[in-house]
Amino acid sequence: MTSADLNIILPEIILALFAMGGLMAAVYTGKDRVAGLLTWAAAALMLVLGAYIGLTGRGDNVAFGGMFNDDGFARFAKVAILLSGAAVLVMSQDYMARRGLLRFEYPVLVVLSVIGMMMMVSAGDLIALYMGLELQSLALYVVASLRRDSARSTEAGLKYFVLGALSSGLLLYGASLVYGYSGTTLFSGIITATGEGHTSLGLLLGLVFMISGLAFKVSAVPFHMWTPDVYEGSPTPVTAFFATAPKMAAMGLFARLMHDAFGGVTGDWGQVIALISVLSMFLGAIAAIGQTNIKRLMAYSSIAHMGYALMGLAAGTQFGIQALLIYMAIYITMNIGTFAFILSMERDGAPVTDIRSLNLYARAEPGRALAMLILLFSLAGVPPLVGFFGKFYVLRAAYDAGLAWLAIAGVIASVIGAFYYLRIVFFMYFGQEGETLQANRSPILWLFLMGSAAAMLFGVVNLFGIEGAAAAAAATLVQ
Amino acid sequence: MDNLLSIVTFLPAAAAAILAVFLKGEDKAAQRNAKWLALIATSATFVVSLFILAQFDRSNTGFQLVEERPWLLGLTYKLGVDGISVLFVMLTTFMMPLVIAASWEVENRVKEYMIAFLLLETLMLGVFMALDLVLFYLFFEAGLIPMFLIIGIWGGKNRIYASFKFFLYTFLGSVLMLVAMVAMYADAGTTDITKLMVHRFGSEDFSILGIQIVGGMQTLLFLAFFASFAVKMPMWPVHTWLPDAHVQAPTAGSVVLAAILLKMGGYGFLRFSLPMFPVGADVMTPLVLWMSAIAIVYTSLVALVQEDMKKLIAYSSVAHMGYVTMGIFAANQQGIDGAIFQMLSHGFISGALFLCVGVIYDRMHTRDIDAYGGLVTRMPAYALVFMFFTMANVGLPGTSGFVGEFLTLMGIFQENTWVAAIATSGVIFSAAYALWLYRRVVFGDLIKEALKTINDMNRREKWIFAPLIVMTLYLGVYPAAVTDLIGPSVEALISNYDTALAEAGVSTAVAEAPKH
Repeated sequence: MTSADLNIILPEIILALFAMGGLMAAVYTGKDRVAGLLTWAAAALMLVLGAYIGLTGRGDNVAFGGMFNDDGFARFAKVAILLSGAAVLVMSQDYMARRGLLRFEYPVLVVLSVIGMMMMVSAGDLIALYMGLELQSLALYVVASLRRDSARSTEAGLKYFVLGALSSGLLLYGASLVYGYSGTTLFSGIITATGEGHTSLGLLLGLVFMISGLAFKVSAVPFHMWTPDVYEGSPTPVTAFFATAPKMAAMGLFARLMHDAFGGVTGDWGQVIALISVLSMFLGAIAAIGQTNIKRLMAYSSIAHMGYALMGLAAGTQFGIQALLIYMAIYITMNIGTFAFILSMERDGAPVTDIRSLNLYARAEPGRALAMLILLFSLAGVPPLVGFFGKFYVLRAAYDAGLAWLAIAGVIASVIGAFYYLRIVFFMYFGQEGETLQANRSPILWLFLMGSAAAMLFGVVNLFGIEGAAAAAAATLVQ
Repeated sequence: MDNLLSIVTFLPAAAAAILAVFLKGEDKAAQRNAKWLALIATSATFVVSLFILAQFDRSNTGFQLVEERPWLLGLTYKLGVDGISVLFVMLTTFMMPLVIAASWEVENRVKEYMIAFLLLETLMLGVFMALDLVLFYLFFEAGLIPMFLIIGIWGGKNRIYASFKFFLYTFLGSVLMLVAMVAMYADAGTTDITKLMVHRFGSEDFSILGIQIVGGMQTLLFLAFFASFAVKMPMWPVHTWLPDAHVQAPTAGSVVLAAILLKMGGYGFLRFSLPMFPVGADVMTPLVLWMSAIAIVYTSLVALVQEDMKKLIAYSSVAHMGYVTMGIFAANQQGIDGAIFQMLSHGFISGALFLCVGVIYDRMHTRDIDAYGGLVTRMPAYALVFMFFTMANVGLPGTSGFVGEFLTLMGIFQENTWVAAIATSGVIFSAAYALWLYRRVVFGDLIKEALKTINDMNRREKWIFAPLIVMTLYLGVYPAAVTDLIGPSVEALISNYDTALAEAGVSTAVAEAPKH
């Protein structure tokens, strides 16, 4: 049923055609001069596809003999990926253009990595999984070093590449072990081979290697070392991209692999993920305290947030997956707003990332400072902001699954974490007199910042209905 | 009006939104507008809240004026008041216009200041009305944000340290409560406070890591809530954030902190700890009682040696809160009546004392006791007001301070004579530090150069104190106004507590003859 299969992966095909067509068109026409146009077009296409998938997607479809799943879970993740990708492209436009970084390869690479991410969350097979992951990663390595004349950016790209290759190796080794012991690469076959309760040693070894590889992609401790350097070195819009869509994709893939392929042996991996989760939360919270660069700080913050999201996965239940999806959706929304703020931090046209330069920012820019304040409190998980609900969901999921110790560790880490978010508030509101920053007047950044802050504030009413959507999505993954 | 409580709760927030959106500029006119709008909004809230009191049926021991709407995750948006919470609601709406009036001289970022206080009022009212566990937590925690900003932006020299300490202490306390709430949700399947009050959580002993937990799950839940409320209260030994926060906060911030925020801890004990975890409460009662007794004596002694007026009053607050926890955990009618009464009366009296400090601080910009002396010659009206509230703080009969202390001591005497005896010594200590403070500030010769031109209170300041004096005297001579209102609810609470203990097979403290 080839035509039916192709119909299912239509969004991916359209995006791939767009990427290739855009690349060719730009090479033969204006090169970097059409980059702006291409960026807008890519963002618009992702928005349209996001709406298409979100609004028209129905039922559980399987393509290519089980290698590709199009179910509620994949659609939820894809909509989040496409929308955040589009948002980052729109936000980066002005920043990149003014610094001569807006090359036509940029939107094309972002689109390619988005295709990889869409593959990842839909993967139903070890090969499909690896293809998606590599497409995503290779595109990301290149964007990380987009600023070719900067040693930092190149270093970030190289570091990311070397460590990323290592993790891919781990993942592949794990996948080959799993294949060797189960005799199939299909998730649906692996789950029957693993059986219920506890699985064989060989499969377990493969599972552990795969978890290590994936933990690298979600930047969970102890595979987090690349995150701060890459976040700091990459151009800020690229950092914003790293912090949002790839995280959602990697988390989606993680959840899919664990539940679709190893759903019968929850007990075998639940503890491993719980440990990764608790380590990430604490390392993220403690290591961020000493940071003065806001991009590094956000890197540690995302490590900590991944720890909370993994708490939902560690629960190993349907509610856990729902909590994970809600947490990720909230996390992405907060991060887009926060990075819109970071992108607008500048002095004499040059970007500034030192948090001490935010001295008394509230006096110069009360509106933006207030929006950032809301986002920071939301990141810290203080009610009544939406960030609190994300934490509440994962805590409940962990507790229900009998991981009370994990829930307690989580709240303690959140107190430690609150400190460094407060430090930014401290600089913005209580700092000493000094030279303050000028804000970038771009209305687009302002819109994203305000929109995200408003979402954090008004989401308390009903979370914009994502609760139901996430529940439906989780139900398709965990029966 | 079936959504009266929501109207009262969100009226100040609406005013804050209007201020945030429509008020532009930092000039004098804009500042004046912000102040007047805040004053009108808080006064209107007070007036509307009088309807709550009017519609309140005091013979009914359940929750009244209840509003309920579905919300996320099977939670509900549910508000309601009973005999215990209605008074705290009234205390809040009563104090807020005075707080705004007391901040009339603020000049730095007036708009944001008023917005912070208006939001704080909404959140505090929400805490006292919420009938859903998570909704309660939401209001309880969110109050930290405006208070953090109030201390951090408009505070004194050391405000950064104080604001961080305040935030992290209280945040740590309350996240443990969050875990307990998740556990309660998992156990009872609901977050409705009215249903949780009749749900019996497990109280069989079990052991964790070889440690025997007497009272089982109830004890653990009790401890998690206790961590939060004890910090908020604050109880010895987790009270150390309070003196810092008080000293650094602006006058109005101190008043809100002392008069209303501290009451959330006591309210929490009455709303959650006693009714929901009776066995856990019973197991922990001796600890709480002794902590209260230590708090009363220790912090009174600490208050004696303070050189900063606000710090002295802050420590005296901790001591007075010791009476409250003692009364609550005596778990009898006099004890709990007295505890609630003491909380109300402390709201008026300590609020007024901080305002008294504010009056001279505004003139001299110092809170050092040594910088004053002989104020009575230049400021007779001030000396009178200050004396009145000093006496009320000491617990002079005829003022509301006496009734609260007397009732709690009477309550505790029936339960534990030793604690009662130790706590009573606090009455003497409080007389010592309060009167000594008064003597050093107001009496003596006016020898300090700087004080020779100090002016007496102006009309605005007098008007702020007038309602507080009236309330302190009224409750002092006619305490039944309060006890009649809370009596039925407290009675129901105690009988519920005793039945729960009897069901669980724990012999209640009341049933035993006094041992000592």
